[in-house]
Amino acid sequence: MHKLWASTYKEFLLLTRDIGGIAILFIMPIVLIITITIIQDSSFKTISDTKIPILLVNNDNGRVSETIISSLTASNTFQVIQKDKEQEARDLVFKGNYQLAIIIPEKLSSDLDKKVNQNVEGILSKFRLEEEEKEIQPEETILSKEVRLYFDPATQLTFKSSVKNGIDKMISKIETQSIYKAFHEQVSEDDTEVIFETDNFISFKEIVPKQGDKEIIPNSAQHNVPAWTLFAIFFIIVPLSINIVKEKNQGTFVRLRTNPVSYAIVLGGKTTVYLAVCLIQFTLMLAIGVFLFPKLGLPTLDVSGRIFNLFIVAFFAGLAAIGLGLLLGTVAKTQEQSAPFGATFVVILAALGGVWVPVFVMPKFMQLLSNISPMNWGLNAFYDVFLRNASFIELVPEIILLLLFFIITALISIVYNEKKNAV
Amino acid sequence: MIKIEQLSKKYKGAEAYSVSDLDLFIDEKEIFGLLGPNGAGKTTLISLLCSLIKPTSGSFTIDGLTYKNPNQLKQLIGIVPQEYALYPALTANENLTYFGSMYGLKGQLLKSKISQAIEILGLSKFANKKVSTFSGGMKRRINLIASILHEPKVLFLDEPTVGVDVQSKNVIIKYLQLLNKKGATIIYTSHHLNEAEDFCTRVAIIDHGKIISQGQPQELISNQKNANNLEDVFLALTGKALRDHA
Ligand SMILES: Nc1ncnc2c1ncn2[C@@H]1O[C@H](COP(=O)(O)OP(=O)(O)OP(=O)(O)O)[C@@H](O)[C@H]1O
Ligand SMILES: [Mg+2]
Repeated sequence: MHKLWASTYKEFLLLTRDIGGIAILFIMPIVLIITITIIQDSSFKTISDTKIPILLVNNDNGRVSETIISSLTASNTFQVIQKDKEQEARDLVFKGNYQLAIIIPEKLSSDLDKKVNQNVEGILSKFRLEEEEKEIQPEETILSKEVRLYFDPATQLTFKSSVKNGIDKMISKIETQSIYKAFHEQVSEDDTEVIFETDNFISFKEIVPKQGDKEIIPNSAQHNVPAWTLFAIFFIIVPLSINIVKEKNQGTFVRLRTNPVSYAIVLGGKTTVYLAVCLIQFTLMLAIGVFLFPKLGLPTLDVSGRIFNLFIVAFFAGLAAIGLGLLLGTVAKTQEQSAPFGATFVVILAALGGVWVPVFVMPKFMQLLSNISPMNWGLNAFYDVFLRNASFIELVPEIILLLLFFIITALISIVYNEKKNAV
Repeated sequence: MIKIEQLSKKYKGAEAYSVSDLDLFIDEKEIFGLLGPNGAGKTTLISLLCSLIKPTSGSFTIDGLTYKNPNQLKQLIGIVPQEYALYPALTANENLTYFGSMYGLKGQLLKSKISQAIEILGLSKFANKKVSTFSGGMKRRINLIASILHEPKVLFLDEPTVGVDVQSKNVIIKYLQLLNKKGATIIYTSHHLNEAEDFCTRVAIIDHGKIISQGQPQELISNQKNANNLEDVFLALTGKALRDHA
């Protein structure tokens, strides 16, 4: 016990001797979390203070184009800049000056009206067959119209598909309304008479979990803080593995092997100190979410009633990360091996764990891999606490997985170390 | 005290044996010198005796213990490695406190042992300075203290005086003699043959993992034709060729 305590104190001293290192350990995660939340928050927000400038070429100049422009403007997401020539708009977008150009084709409004009228007439004529035999005029064929979109090739796919969806919806709505209008004109003389209700009949409402009688509405802080905190916690494997590799290179490790002390105790000292670092990091990040976010105009992180569970998850996630660090440090021969490998590996684990892309949209194979990423267990546990309002009991499976991961990685480190030194 | 029988070591992947069928007996309270050219197998032999590596064949006992009782054995012996084995970012005191603790020492006892040793080796003024700021000779002395705080019965020193000035060397040798007077058996390697000649009660000259000659320094000198000192004996036995191989 005394040896473990002495080892812990030594690690503590080593850590405090590198003030720059500590600063990086604590400041970088904070910078990370603030940056990511600001970025993500603005892309979630509907009323954003920044509008995306887009180009629009209006070859129609009719009712439909008017509706498109006014609903684009009303959406508050876009600032619509009108151009005369498709050519010009396309070039500007392809050069990357604008994200998007929308080209509204000629005679869109009039052709749409004509087409709809034709259809409506066609339907109605089926009902009126006996009353009046109109002479059948050869119908003018009206070609379907296309609204052309140009995207900057560098535009992210998610942005692209959400824009496409929005425009698609807008066009459908205009079409439906035109159909209603055409029927209306055919059936009734009075324009003000209400025959059709044009409001949507089917609507949807999202029902969110409740805590007491308060709804838990997830905001970007509830999503980002756990995800990126976990990311930062796992980054502990870089300094930890460097610490171990250094110990091997400066000969102290050989000395320790001649001392009556086991590798497990040496690692135990490191585990204790680096776990404390993880928990301090975690506390800082929660504090940032709770106190600093509202001051920056970001959504506040709501930790009420869940502090205990949050720290439980952070503790075990930290352990899992440390286990990985111990293993990496034990196996790596040089810092040049451990540092880049550690950093890249954390990014891979984070990707697999669902920090960027939710696990459910991943390909099947990746989903399987995700199930064995400790970052995924940790993230699920955090989401359970933050968003699903889980109780401690519900966290137990994930916590056990994280703990097992630590035990197994630590054991592998110890066994590997024995094997390697048995030269 | 130390009994070595037919001890051999061949490293994994190595072509030749680094220690080969070596027999040796070292008595209590001896100061025994292991001399030999670069690559002769001195460090390998010490590493074997300290259980840092496992023998390929053969056996040894130290005070009746073998490498199968690692913790008792480690408590009994002290090793001063050839390379510095200290935390540069920690002070001399912090390094020594830590390594002392690894031998189960603590509290006031540990403190007084550290300050005593530091005093004798002339480092009191630097006890609270970081080791990274120390000169080679100062590091050597701290490297030594870190291995003797638990008062080992057997002390292995791998070139404890390499790269130090005459002053430092004298302090180190004096201190080792003091430890020896208090009852420690000392096994030491060195390339300073003059130093070994004065310091050692007995020496062995090793080459290619085998002992080619052993005895009291004066004995070896008088047995060798035209030899005036250990260096003459050494050259006569090991030849003048360089020993560079890896
Ligand atoms: N880890 C190792 N793996 C393979 N061969 C090794 C290893 N360590 C040492 N050797 C080889 O074993 C032989 C003895 O080396 P050793 O270090 O014991 O010599 P030494 O007498 O201590 O030399 P020096 O005076 O230079 O310290 C050398 O040929 C060396 O190349
Ligand atoms: Mg050597």
